[in-house]
Amino acid sequence: MASQTHTLPPLPYAYDALEPVISKQIMELHHQKHHQTYINNLNAALSAQASATASNDVPTLISLQQKLRFNAIVSRWGSHEAFVKAFGAELLGLQGSGWGWLVSKGGAKGRLEIVTTKDQDPVNAPDVSVFGVDMWEHAYYLQYLNNKAGYVEGIWKIIHWAEAEKRYTAGVENPLKL
Amino acid sequence: MAPLEPSISGKIMEIHHKNHHNTYVTSYNNALEQLQEALAKGDIATQIALKPAVNFHGGGHLNHTLFWENLAPKSAGGGEPPSGALSKAIDSTYGSLGEFQSKMNAALAGIQGSGWAWLVKDKQTGQIGIRTYANQDPVVGQFQPLLGIDAWEHAYYLQYQNRKAEYFSAIWDVINWKTVEKRFT
Repeated sequence: MASQTHTLPPLPYAYDALEPVISKQIMELHHQKHHQTYINNLNAALSAQASATASNDVPTLISLQQKLRFNAIVSRWGSHEAFVKAFGAELLGLQGSGWGWLVSKGGAKGRLEIVTTKDQDPVNAPDVSVFGVDMWEHAYYLQYLNNKAGYVEGIWKIIHWAEAEKRYTAGVENPLKL
Repeated sequence: MAPLEPSISGKIMEIHHKNHHNTYVTSYNNALEQLQEALAKGDIATQIALKPAVNFHGGGHLNHTLFWENLAPKSAGGGEPPSGALSKAIDSTYGSLGEFQSKMNAALAGIQGSGWAWLVKDKQTGQIGIRTYANQDPVVGQFQPLLGIDAWEHAYYLQYQNRKAEYFSAIWDVINWKTVEKRFT
């Protein structure tokens, strides 16, 4: 069976739209080079795997549920500030390349937890990634060098909370859907 | 021109040494201080809980120290091929220095995330081999580190960005094989 081909999804905003928190140069390299390379390698791996497996390894769709107000963070951590502090500590505690995630356990509207994954390990179904912060050095190095605390501090200014709320209440539709 | 240029820019060397390596040293010292306290109190749980920090920051300190010694400017012999017993071991294991370098580069390129590739000597058999290590895991135990190449993005990103293969191929021009020989014998 032939494998399906993934392509680089366009960014929903311009490369310079996140300045000054994340520079245009980082966004261009991160999207056009790093993300593209993961897609190329994923396509290569899938193509090699295609003869051995009948199904593509993509996350299962999570059924839509009714909307819920996104106050779960405050009820879990006491305050938004306490959450930001706890999340930042997890990000800075990563040893090596990885990501920090706010995860809804077991599906949409589940218990919220801060989770870190190493390298490019994803958050797996049924858990839902509400939002993620890339802590690979390529995500911040050209602008922040070794000051990763500065990057972590700045990231809160550009977290897309409306999207996070959508994912928390309705789950994540397979982002790699073909 | 900075001594390791054009293989590694002066800015990378400066930040890598003064900031990154220094942070590993500081954090390692902090972990050791906490460890001393826990030892003094006989607090076993804390001693065990400190293990990842000791491994990561101590490993970072050790790895970078070995790495700096593995490098030399061209004017000081950087890139000059190994000789003697080490050269023989490389030829008999890999066929040639060039073949070894391409195997080492393939190992470096295959690291998923942050880490290092090392030419090591197996203390049990005396054989040499290529091994990769995640994050700052140090080469300890059965294997003795001979030559390490840092594959963390901070080691090359300012100069090479995502073109890490170019970094892996350029670094051979500034490898100090004299240090590798000394560690081998």
